[in-house]
Amino acid sequence: MIDLSNIHVTFGKGTPLQKEALKGVNLTIEEGSFVTVIGSNGAGKSTLLGVLAGDVLANEGKVMIGSTDVTRKSTSARAGLVARVFQDPLAGSCGSLSIEENLALATRRGERRGLRSALGPRRREIFRERIAELNLGLENRMKDRMDLLSGGQRQAVSLVMATMAGSDVLLLDEHTAALDPGMAEFIMKLTQRVVSERKLTTLMVTHSMRQALDFGHRTIMLHGGEIILDVSGDSRKDLQVEDLIAMFRKMRGETLDDDALLIG
Amino acid sequence: MLSQIAFWGAVELGLVFAFVAIGVFLAFRVLDFPDLTVDGSFPLGAAVAAVLITVGINPWLAAAAAMVAGAAAGTVTAFLNVRFRILNLLASILTMIALFSVNLRVMGKPNVALINADTMLSPFFGLGLREVYVRPLFVGVLVVIAVIAVWRFLESDAGLAMRATGANPRMSRAQGIDTSWQVYLGLALSNALVALGGALFAQTNGFADVTSGVGTIVVGLAAVIIGETLFGARGILLALIGCVVGSILYRIAIQLALSTDALGLKASDLNLVTAVLVAVALVLPRLRRGASS
Repeated sequence: MIDLSNIHVTFGKGTPLQKEALKGVNLTIEEGSFVTVIGSNGAGKSTLLGVLAGDVLANEGKVMIGSTDVTRKSTSARAGLVARVFQDPLAGSCGSLSIEENLALATRRGERRGLRSALGPRRREIFRERIAELNLGLENRMKDRMDLLSGGQRQAVSLVMATMAGSDVLLLDEHTAALDPGMAEFIMKLTQRVVSERKLTTLMVTHSMRQALDFGHRTIMLHGGEIILDVSGDSRKDLQVEDLIAMFRKMRGETLDDDALLIG
Repeated sequence: MLSQIAFWGAVELGLVFAFVAIGVFLAFRVLDFPDLTVDGSFPLGAAVAAVLITVGINPWLAAAAAMVAGAAAGTVTAFLNVRFRILNLLASILTMIALFSVNLRVMGKPNVALINADTMLSPFFGLGLREVYVRPLFVGVLVVIAVIAVWRFLESDAGLAMRATGANPRMSRAQGIDTSWQVYLGLALSNALVALGGALFAQTNGFADVTSGVGTIVVGLAAVIIGETLFGARGILLALIGCVVGSILYRIAIQLALSTDALGLKASDLNLVTAVLVAVALVLPRLRRGASS
C-alpha cells in the first residue's frame, strides 16, 4: 500500500528559480493495485516518483509505504520496499557487470550483503531459470556484460531484477519510452504478467495516454503539481484518449498545446 | 643484460609495489575514485612499521598497525569527499599533503633505519636459501594471499556492491546499497593495502624515508595499465594478476632502462623514465585499436 498525504515539494526554495513541483498531493493506492500516471512535462510526475523512491524528500507531508513511514528515508534505506525500473535502459543495471552479476545485486536489494560468493551454483540456476522465462535467449549469455545487450533486452532484465527480491511497491518510470514500438509492446506485456503474477502495488508513469488507459486499474493525471484527474472502475473503462484530452481542457480551462501528451 | 641480483631485486620491488597496484586498482577501477592518497599512505605504512619495529614491537604486528594507519588515511579522504562533497581528486591531494607532515611526526625525523632489527623476513634468512631469493619469495607469498583475498571479496555480495557503486551509483542506491559507506570501505581497504606495501618496502630495504612516497600513484597506475594491456578486461582474477605482473614488468623495464649504458640514464632520471613508460602504456592500446580498425 502507498499513502501520500499533503505532499509539498519545492525546488530551489528562496532562489529566483524556485519551483513548486508538488502542491499538497494526497494519494492512496491499495495493496496490489496498478495505477498509471500521466501529465505533461513539468506536471510533477517524476517528482512524485522521486518522492516514493527516495530521490526527492518532501518539504512537507507524509509518505507511507506499507506500514512504514519512509518520509525521511534515503533511497538506499527504503530500497527493500521499493523496486524500480528507470526510463533509461542504461540506468537500471551495471553495464560493466555480467547479466548474472546484475541479478545477484538485485537478489540482495534492501538486505545485508555479506562475504558469501555472489554467484553460487544454486543462485546461478535460479537466475538462469528466471532469465529463460523471458524467451529472449539470454539464458545462454549469463556471463555476457550487460552493455552488450540492446536497450529492450536491458529493460527486460531490469524487470526481472525488480522482482528478484520481495518489495511492497514497483515503480515504473516511462520504462518503455526509449524503446522501439515492438520492444515497447513486449516490455508492456511482460510488465502486465509480472505485476499480476506477483500482485505488486504498481505505479507506472507513462508518456502515452493509450498505455495509461489500457493497463492497470486506475489512472491519475497530474498538472502543475496537483492531481487533476483520478479515474477507476467503470468510468475508466468507457474512457477514450479523446475524452482524456477533452477532460483535461475542461478542468484546466486551458488550450492543449503539448504534443507529448497527444502521442499514443 | 641484467645481473641476477639486479633482476631478482627488480622482481622483489615489483612484488612490494603489487600491493600498491592492487590498492590503486580498487580505488581507480572498482570504485572509479581517482585517489592520490597513496603517495602519502605508502610512506605512512613504511614509517609506522619502521618506528614500531625499532621500539621492539613484533614486525607482523607493526605491519598490521601500518595497515590500520593506511585505512585511516583512506577514511579521511573518503570523509572529505562524502561528507563535504570535496571533489575526489582534490580531497585525496589534501590528505596526501597532510600526510607528509604526519609522516615526519610519526618518525620524528626524515628517515628511520632498520639495520640489525628483526623484520618479518628475518626468520626465513637462515633456512639455506640465498637472501636474494628469500626476499621475493616471501613477498610473493604475501601477494598471492592478498590477490586471493581481494578476488574472493570482489566476487562476494559485499564486493559486488562496491563494484556496482563505481559502475552505476544511482542504480546501486536503488538496490539498497549505501554508496557513501562503499566509498569509505573501498578507500580504507585500498590504502590499507598500499600501507602494507610501504611496511614491506621498509622491511625489505631496511629503512623508511619520508620522500619514498613521491610518485607512488604513477607507479601503481603504471602497473594497473600494463596489466590491462596484457590481459584485457576478462574478469576480476585476471585483472588482479595483471596488477601483479604489471608491477613486476614495470620494475624490470625500469631496471633495464637504467642499466643499459647506451641510453646513458642515471638513477635521477627515474621519474622521467616512469612518466614515459606510463605514457607508452596508455598510448599502446589506442595505437593497436587504430591499426585494427
